[in-house]
Amino acid sequence: MSEFTATNQADNVVGDSSRYYVTEHHPENGTLLGFWMYLMSDCLIFACLFATYAVLGRNYAGGPSGAELFELPTVALNTAFLLLSSITYGFAMLAAHKNVKSTTIIWLGITGIFGLCFLFLEIQEFVHLIHEGAGPQRSGFLTSFFALVGTHGLHVTFGVVWLVTLMFQVGKHGLTMENIRRLTCLSMFWHFLDVVWIGVFTFVYLMGTLP
Amino acid sequence: MSDHSTHAHGAHGHAHGHDDHGHGGHGHDAPGSHGSLKDYSIGFILSVILTAIPFWLVMAKVLPPATTGYVLLAFAAVQVVVHMIYFLHMNSTNEHGWSMMATIFTVIVLVIMMAGSIWVMYHMNANMMPGMQMDTDAVHGVHDMP
Repeated sequence: MSEFTATNQADNVVGDSSRYYVTEHHPENGTLLGFWMYLMSDCLIFACLFATYAVLGRNYAGGPSGAELFELPTVALNTAFLLLSSITYGFAMLAAHKNVKSTTIIWLGITGIFGLCFLFLEIQEFVHLIHEGAGPQRSGFLTSFFALVGTHGLHVTFGVVWLVTLMFQVGKHGLTMENIRRLTCLSMFWHFLDVVWIGVFTFVYLMGTLP
Repeated sequence: MSDHSTHAHGAHGHAHGHDDHGHGGHGHDAPGSHGSLKDYSIGFILSVILTAIPFWLVMAKVLPPATTGYVLLAFAAVQVVVHMIYFLHMNSTNEHGWSMMATIFTVIVLVIMMAGSIWVMYHMNANMMPGMQMDTDAVHGVHDMP
């Protein structure tokens, strides 16, 4: 019903060609739904990695356990970075919908910085573990740990690349419909990564520290 | 060029007008906002609380480990739902319900996969108890299969 109304209004605005409007309108919905489908399939990849960790997470092969390796204050800081980056991305989206270009770019920049802080701490942790001889080849636990947390980190890395790209896009072309659509897709991606991180810090770090 | 941008903006406004009907329940002020400042603030505050409590439970060792595990999972599940609602703006009418359908399908597959893996591998471990070496081999072998 609302679709019908929207098309009618579009006729008024666009004027001569409702066909033009229709081709503009449907791809956007399609993109968002399609991107959601992608996220759900990505979710299944993470589910596989979580299942692997659930099975192998206690196979230490005589090596170090999670309780010995994980530093919870660092993980808490990492969690805070991701959570803050989620809300700053939300602010960027709010600014984008208010059509304020500079504010949008500033909030995107802040989000990117939080993302980089997260990556910095995570890479530092990985390097530290590998230097201690607790690399992915050490035990089943560490293999599944590096696979799961590493995949999440890789997603965040690509998210940051995408974010910087969009900052330039918005800077150059402004908040056009296409850019709003891209921002919305990245918004879903970014919040989705935060959701995955909830699983990681709960299941891997917190529960891994429990005896 | 300017002509094009007018078209784009017209379509844009309507795309959002249409979208907005998707989350009418939240009472948005500006048409086209994918969530309001209020939504994000509520989501953020709830997330901070739901994150802080699990960390405190583990770091301060408040409860016995077994209980803590279940409490942690419960907190994580609630926080995932909070993120879905307040950050991802999920609801049953988005994209005419198709995103909800996709999500429900994913959750079902996810539960079957997780519960199935843990269940099967737990029994495998229990049945292969006597030989420690055999035990690890079995875990690796079966895990490689799917």
